[in-house]
Amino acid sequence: MTVNDGSLVALVALGAFHGLNPGMGWLFAVARGLQERSRAPVLQSLPAIAAGHAASVFVVAAVVTLTGSVLTSRIVAIGGGVLLVGFGLWRLLSSRHFRWVGMRLTLWQLAGWSFLMSSAHGAGLMLLPVLTHGAVTVPGHSHGMASGAGSAVMAAVFVTGVHTLAMFVVAGTIAVLVYEVVGLAILRRAWFNLDRVWAAALIGAGAATLLITA
Amino acid sequence: MALWRPDPTFYPSPREAVNAAPETLAYIAAFDRSAERPDAIAVVDVDPASTSYGSVVGWTDLPHTGDELHHFGWNACSSALCPNAPHPHVERRYLIVPGLRSSRVYVIDVKDDPVKPSIVKVIEPDELAKRAGYSRPHTVHCGPDALYVSALGGANGADGPGGIALLDHTSFEVLGRWEADRGPQHLAYDFWWHITQDVMVTSEWGTPSMIEDGVNAELLLGRKYGHALHFWDLRKRRHVQTVDLGDEHQMVLELRPAHDPTKTYGFAGVVVSVEDLSASVWVWYREDDEFKARKVITIPAEPAGPGDLPPVIAPFGAVPPLVTDIDLSVDDRYLYVSCWGTGELKRYDVSDPFNPVEAGSVRIGGITRRTPHPAAPDLPLAGGPQMVEVSRDGRRVYVTNSLYGAWDDQFYPDGVGAWAAKLDSGADFTFDERFFPHGDDFRGLRPHQTRLQGGDASSDSYCYP
Repeated sequence: MTVNDGSLVALVALGAFHGLNPGMGWLFAVARGLQERSRAPVLQSLPAIAAGHAASVFVVAAVVTLTGSVLTSRIVAIGGGVLLVGFGLWRLLSSRHFRWVGMRLTLWQLAGWSFLMSSAHGAGLMLLPVLTHGAVTVPGHSHGMASGAGSAVMAAVFVTGVHTLAMFVVAGTIAVLVYEVVGLAILRRAWFNLDRVWAAALIGAGAATLLITA
Repeated sequence: MALWRPDPTFYPSPREAVNAAPETLAYIAAFDRSAERPDAIAVVDVDPASTSYGSVVGWTDLPHTGDELHHFGWNACSSALCPNAPHPHVERRYLIVPGLRSSRVYVIDVKDDPVKPSIVKVIEPDELAKRAGYSRPHTVHCGPDALYVSALGGANGADGPGGIALLDHTSFEVLGRWEADRGPQHLAYDFWWHITQDVMVTSEWGTPSMIEDGVNAELLLGRKYGHALHFWDLRKRRHVQTVDLGDEHQMVLELRPAHDPTKTYGFAGVVVSVEDLSASVWVWYREDDEFKARKVITIPAEPAGPGDLPPVIAPFGAVPPLVTDIDLSVDDRYLYVSCWGTGELKRYDVSDPFNPVEAGSVRIGGITRRTPHPAAPDLPLAGGPQMVEVSRDGRRVYVTNSLYGAWDDQFYPDGVGAWAAKLDSGADFTFDERFFPHGDDFRGLRPHQTRLQGGDASSDSYCYP
């Protein structure tokens, strides 16, 4: 596979964007710390949240890269792009929100929460333009199916890793800053409606995928 | 429509909520006992700088009669900031208003014209019965995933089990019954939770047939009304534990958990002990993974001549205090206790919840005392302090005087009247003499619960300390 600079920047930027969103987990980490009045739960929660996010992204990345042979890549890109625009529109227009009851979670459950939260918001889908164009080229002629599949999985792992690392660093930094220094009063002023920006990003990513393909 | 920033009435923690700006409007549920005219939401001006301060400035009449409005709540509150299911960009703009007798639930929009709210949806009893299996809806709290509404009766007025129905946050459709496993729980009334600890608490009054024709002396002396607290796993919707306060303690009503989400205690009011007619307040707490409850306040009955008493209590020769509502300030410092029978509103310092210290008391109304309001010293008042609501900053306390139609008539047979009052709660605890809507101000309706614009001490749950 090849990764150009532009798509690497996009991967990191999207990771940072996901990390920034309080709904994607840093706020949960802070809440767990405040509930126990200890920093340790904040720090322990972050890897679990990142793991759930990574799993959600990896599922999409693996599906796209595995199906993304020369023959099918156009179809995947176009189908995925349309799906993404539709999903983004739904996110933009729907007033439904993620439903979850329960605050006392084990770290495994927290990772599961993060997986569902990320999946419900289409975190992995947002990477579609990068997955279909920038990051992944699996030559169809040189090797057999096995090595093709292998390099596709490697590509998915790479994309997931870079994206999640950026997400983890941003979410972790914010969580620790808010817990230690800033305090939660900031939420009232600075919790912008990222869901709308998020929906716009989904639509943009879908449109970009379609445009590049066409 | 979604907002760009969180609704300004949402606060992450009770520590911040106490800094909220003072409310300027109050909404009071008011009902017509005769069921001939519609019940209504009365809008009261509570802005001291306003020329109409202390008067009813708006009405929203309901389209039906006989609803018997009682308690109500908001469509959204500070729980929208909780990290597990955040949705902070919704607006606190709809009052969810159940009719305790009719089982209808009204959704009333207060945003477009706050002094003349408009009805935007009516959930019919049928929908509540079919989807959730309940009737006689009562308490409303805004949860992380849905609106929670307690109900006293089974479908179509059946005699239980009562429980909790879930309503969709945005469409207000009835989603279904909350309980996955109700265990031994049968009676219902109030509920609230320790939201960050996944603990639900419910209390017990009685089924529709036990309450709708008035208090039944036979059932009361037979100790058949509710006398237990139920603790549940909020996440799994399962009954975990019953804490029986003892069957002499009849009618466990209002539940006021600590607002601080790191604390695991709360207060429950008991209306009457059949042993000595006293009323009591209990604190629940968790110890060794078990919930326990301890009586921390006992308020004795006041002796009276049988000739001064209404028939329902004449044989006892005493006025029971009848603690029918309690309310805890957002900073968890003061607990206000209504003694609807004796006509007294008590304030306790509950900084140490296990050792409340009385920190003020006012008298108004009462079965035998009929204490007037200082603004009208020649007007004897019937009814007593009943529903109490406390402003978020804890400085203002509002009370109204009606308990429940059929019960008003038993304890105040010559007419319960209609009044609301406001107390200033600081170093002293005294009536605001400028605030006394009463009599015809309520158009012959009886005032029940008050909700304050932007939220109050019993409307919001907080996920952060």
